[in-house]
Amino acid sequence: MSGPQTIFDKPNTYIGKSVPRADAVRLTQGRGKYVDDIQLPRMLHAAFVRSPVAHGRIVSINVSEAKAVPGVTAVFTGADFVGQVEPYVGVLSHLAGLRSAPQMPLAVDVARWTGEPLVMVVASSRAIAEDAAALVEIDIEELDPATDMERALDADAPVIHAEFGSNLAWERLVEAGNPDAAFARDDVTVVERRFRFGRHTGVTLETRASVVEYDPSERMLTYWYSGQAPHMMQFILAKHLGLPEENVRVVSQDVGGSFGIKIHTYGDDIATAAAAKILGRPVKFVADRLESFLTDIHARDHVVDGRIAVTADGKIAALAFDDVTGIGPYSMYPRTSAIEANQVLNLTGAPYLIEHYRARARVVFQNKNMMCQYRAVGHPIAMAVADGLLEDAANEIGMDVVEIRRRNLVRDDAYPTVSATGMKFDDLSHHKSLDRLVEMMDYDARRAEHARLRKEGIHRGIGLVSMVEVTNPSPMFYGIGGAPIASQDGTTIRLEAGGAIHVSSSVTEQGQGTNAILAQIAAGVFGVPLDRVKVTTGDTRSTPYGGGTWASRGAGIGGEATLQAAHALKQQVLEVAATILQSTPDKFDIVDGHVVDADGGPPRMSLSDLARTVYYRGNELPSDLSPELVATRHYRVSDFPFVFTNGAMAAEVELDPETGFVKVLNFWAVEDCGRVINPQLVDGQIRGGVVQGIGGAFYEECIYSEDGQLENATMADYLVPMAFEMPDIFVAHVETPTKTSVLGAKGAGEAGTGGAPAALMNAVNDALRPLGASIHQMPMTPERVLKALGTV
Amino acid sequence: MKAAEFKYERPGSLAEAFALLEDGDLDATPLAGGQSLVPMMNFRLAQPGMLVDLSALDEIKGISGDGGGLRIGAMTRYVDLAASALVAERAPLMAMALPHIAHAAIRNRGTIGGSVALADPAAEMPALLLALDAEITVQSSAGTKTHAAADFFLGMYETALQSGELVTAITVPAPAPDRRFAFYELARRHGDYAMAGVAVAASGAPGGVCSDYRVAFFSVSDRALRATAAEAALDGKVPMDGAEAAIAALGEIPFAGDLNAATATKQHLSGVVLKRALERV
Repeated sequence: MSGPQTIFDKPNTYIGKSVPRADAVRLTQGRGKYVDDIQLPRMLHAAFVRSPVAHGRIVSINVSEAKAVPGVTAVFTGADFVGQVEPYVGVLSHLAGLRSAPQMPLAVDVARWTGEPLVMVVASSRAIAEDAAALVEIDIEELDPATDMERALDADAPVIHAEFGSNLAWERLVEAGNPDAAFARDDVTVVERRFRFGRHTGVTLETRASVVEYDPSERMLTYWYSGQAPHMMQFILAKHLGLPEENVRVVSQDVGGSFGIKIHTYGDDIATAAAAKILGRPVKFVADRLESFLTDIHARDHVVDGRIAVTADGKIAALAFDDVTGIGPYSMYPRTSAIEANQVLNLTGAPYLIEHYRARARVVFQNKNMMCQYRAVGHPIAMAVADGLLEDAANEIGMDVVEIRRRNLVRDDAYPTVSATGMKFDDLSHHKSLDRLVEMMDYDARRAEHARLRKEGIHRGIGLVSMVEVTNPSPMFYGIGGAPIASQDGTTIRLEAGGAIHVSSSVTEQGQGTNAILAQIAAGVFGVPLDRVKVTTGDTRSTPYGGGTWASRGAGIGGEATLQAAHALKQQVLEVAATILQSTPDKFDIVDGHVVDADGGPPRMSLSDLARTVYYRGNELPSDLSPELVATRHYRVSDFPFVFTNGAMAAEVELDPETGFVKVLNFWAVEDCGRVINPQLVDGQIRGGVVQGIGGAFYEECIYSEDGQLENATMADYLVPMAFEMPDIFVAHVETPTKTSVLGAKGAGEAGTGGAPAALMNAVNDALRPLGASIHQMPMTPERVLKALGTV
Repeated sequence: MKAAEFKYERPGSLAEAFALLEDGDLDATPLAGGQSLVPMMNFRLAQPGMLVDLSALDEIKGISGDGGGLRIGAMTRYVDLAASALVAERAPLMAMALPHIAHAAIRNRGTIGGSVALADPAAEMPALLLALDAEITVQSSAGTKTHAAADFFLGMYETALQSGELVTAITVPAPAPDRRFAFYELARRHGDYAMAGVAVAASGAPGGVCSDYRVAFFSVSDRALRATAAEAALDGKVPMDGAEAAIAALGEIPFAGDLNAATATKQHLSGVVLKRALERV
C-alpha cells in the first residue's frame, strides 16, 4: 500500500494510545439520544398482535372492536399491506441453491412462528395501542409445526413451504483431498463426537426501535433506526416501499448495542415505515423485551457430527463433519440465514494444516423464530468442533494439547496460504500467539497444580483454542451475491474555520467506540489535538456511502478510509500554507493544530488562521489558488475476500461434580488484530466478546417447547452472563499488521465470542475426563453436566 | 408492554386500606414492594382495577424486639432487614440468606410481607419462616388472625390468606441459646431464583448432637416446605452423621421440575444442598 507509513512514529499520533473516548461523559451522564428519545409532533405509536402458535392458518381477523377504541388511528392486517409493500426474499446468488419464501411485514395467510406479527395497531400512545390489540379477534387453525430441526427433514415432517416439497433451505458440501482414505489408514486414531449448540440471541440493552416520518409533500421518508447499516436500510426501505432511494434518509444516533441483531429486515420495523407512509404521520415502534426475545434473530442452533483422524505423532490426518442447523421458517433478508453454516464449513480447522477434509451443512426450515448473523457468525461452532475434536484426540494419543497444536498450526512464516476450504490467509501468528498464551497463563505450573488439587478432590480443567476470525470483509461476502450491502466505506474530513476538523464516515457506532478511533486516526494523521475533532456517523444524508459496522470492519475499513482522507486533507492544507508562506508544501508539517517547519521550530501559522484566510479573506490569496479544505477517501479490501485475524485463548474452570456447577476461574486471550488503535477499546471488545462467549457456553439458550412456544422469554429466565460469575480476563496482543492497508488494522470485535466457547468446553472436559465423563453440548448447564456424569 | 389501565390509591391507615380492598366493585389489589406484581402487570398477566399502595402504612413497617424474638412489620423492606442488628442477632438465618435474595435494586423495594403473601415457590423467605417457626399475622376489617408459617403456604402462589386480608406482621420466636442455623442454595447466577435451596435450624452444641431440627426447602416443589421425615432422621444426631439418612428421607417431597432442573435433578440437588447446609450447622 502507498501512503504515509511514517505516521505511526509521529509525536502527535494517537494511534496505539488508550485515550478516553469523547462520548464517555455524555453517555454515562445519561445524555445519550436513542430512538425512544425521539418525540415528533403528531407522532403515533405501534403495537402488534403476534402469532400465539408456531404454525397456523389465519382463518379470519376481526379488527372492528380494536378500531373503535378511542385514540386508535389505524389497524393493519397482513392483507392491508399487500400492494403497499413489495415482498422480500432472503436469498443471495453466491449461495447457490439457497431458497426461501417471500415475506411480508405481517403474515398474510399462514403464521409460521410464535411471535410473528399478524396485526398492527397504531394509536396515540403505546398503552392505547396495546389495549386495542387485546381486542383484535383472530381465528387461527393450528397446523402441525416442524420445530425440531433434527426431524425437520424427515419424510413425515410438516412442510413449512409447500412449494419447496421439503424443509431444506440450503445444502453445501466441501471436500478436499481424500478424507475416506485418510480415515481408513491403519496408523491413525479416529475420534468422533456429536456437538450441540443451543439457540441463543444477542440481548441488546436498547431494544430494536424505529421512528419513521413521511412527508407526502416531498415524498420523503426519514427512518430513525437503532442499527448498524444505514445505507443498507435506505435501499431496503426505498425498494420495498416504492420510493426513490434518495427519498429515504436513515439516521442512527446513539445505539445501545447491536451485536448483529439489528442488521436485518424485521416485519414490525417495515410495517412501522409502511404505516407512517400510508398515514402521513410519524410512527414509533419500540420492541419490548418480550418482543425482542420472540423476534430478534436467534443464532447458533447446530448439531454437528464431527470426526478427526490423528497420527501417533499428533498430525491431523483428516477432519470431517456434518452440520445441521435450524433457521426458522424463512431465510432472513437481506443477509440470508445460510451465512452461519457457510462460515462453519469455511472456518472449521482453519488454523491448522489439513489436507483431507469433508464438511457438509444442511440448513433447514422450522417453526421457530428466525436465525441469522449474530456476533462471531459461525465461529463458535467452527472453533469448538475443530478444537474440541483436537483436544479429545490429543488425550486419546496421550499428547499434551499445546504440543498437538504446535504440530498442526500453520507456521508463522508460511503465509500467504490457502486452507483446505479455499480460504486465503496472510499475516497470521498462530505460533507466536500460542507461545505468548502459554507464557502468560503459566501453563506448565498450572497443569501441575491441577494434578495436585485433583488428589484433594478439587476438579479443575484447562482448555485452549487456536482460532481465526473473519474481519474486514471484501465485496465477496455479500455484494457479490446481490445484496445491497457496501463493502467499501468512505470518510470525509473538513477543516473548520476555527481550526478543528470534522470527520464524517459511513461506518457506524453502536457503543463500541468507532467514533473514538476514527477521531484518534484523524487527529494523529492530520495533526490536531484530539479534542479538536468532531465525528458524525450514522446518517445517510451527511456521510459518505458505505456498509456500516459489522463483521469487525469499522476499524480496518472505516479506519483506513479515515487515515487516507486525513492524509489527503493534510496535503491540501500544506499546499495552501506553502502559498501563504511563500515556500513549497514539503517544507511544512502540521503539529498540534499549527503549520510548522518540517524540520522543527516554532509554529508558523495556526490552522484557524489558515482556514479563516481561506474562508473569509480569499482576497489575500493568489487568484490561481483554489483551496480545498475538505477531502474524501474510500477504501475496500480488494486482494483478499476477508482479512483474517488469529488468536489463542485459554480457560481455567473448576467443576463441582456434585452439583454440575462450573466456575470459570480465569480466562486468557492473546489476539492478533494487527495494528491496535486504542488498546483499552480493543481489550474492551475482547473482554466483552469473551463474556458473550461465556454466555453461549454456560448460560444463554432460547428454550422452546415441542409445540414451538418460547418458554424463557424474560430476563429472569433467559440467563445472560452477569458480573458476579465472570472470571478475570487477561488480554495480550501480538501485532501483525495486515499488508492490505496502510493502517494495518484488522478487526477485534468478535474474537472473544468466537473463541471462548471452545476453550471453555475443552476446559470442562479436561476437568471431567478423570471422572470418565465428557460434554459436547452448549450451554453446559449444571443439569447437562450432571447428566454427563451419569448422576441424573 | 404497558400495564392495562388501573386506578391507584395510597391509603394512610390500615382501616382505609381495608375499605378499598373489601369493595368488590373496585377490584383492588394490594401493592407492597411491587417487585413481582408490577412485572406481572406490565405483561398484562395481572390487570387489577385498582392498586392499593401500602407504602404509607407506617403501622406495618419496622423491626422491633418481641420478648426475645422479633416482630417485623409486613412492609419492611429486605434492605432494612439486611441492615438490622436485631435481625442479625435474633434471626441470624435471615441475615445469612438475605444477600442471596435477588439483587440490591430489588432488595431496596421488595418487602417481607409481599414475599410471604405472594408465596412464590422459588422464593427464600417462606422457607426461612418455616425454619424459624415464625408466625404470620394477617388482618382485615373483621380482626386479626395469626397463622403458623407451617400452616400458611398451601401451594404455588397459594396461601391461607383470605380475600380482603393483608399480611401485617411476621413474628419470629426468640431462638434458644444453642439454636444454630444454616442456609445453602444453588443459583445459576448470584441473585437468581435457586435451582434448589434449604434452610436448616437445630439445637445443640457445636460439633455435638442436635435436636429439634427444622429443614425447609424452597424452589424444589410447588411451595416452600418442611422435610419432616428428614428432620426426624436427623433428630438426636450430629448434623453430618444424620445427613445420609436425611437425604434418603427426601422422597417425601413432591418434587417439581422447572426450566433449569427436571424433577430428578431437583431431588438430587436437594440432597446436595441439605448435606452442605448440615456441614455448616
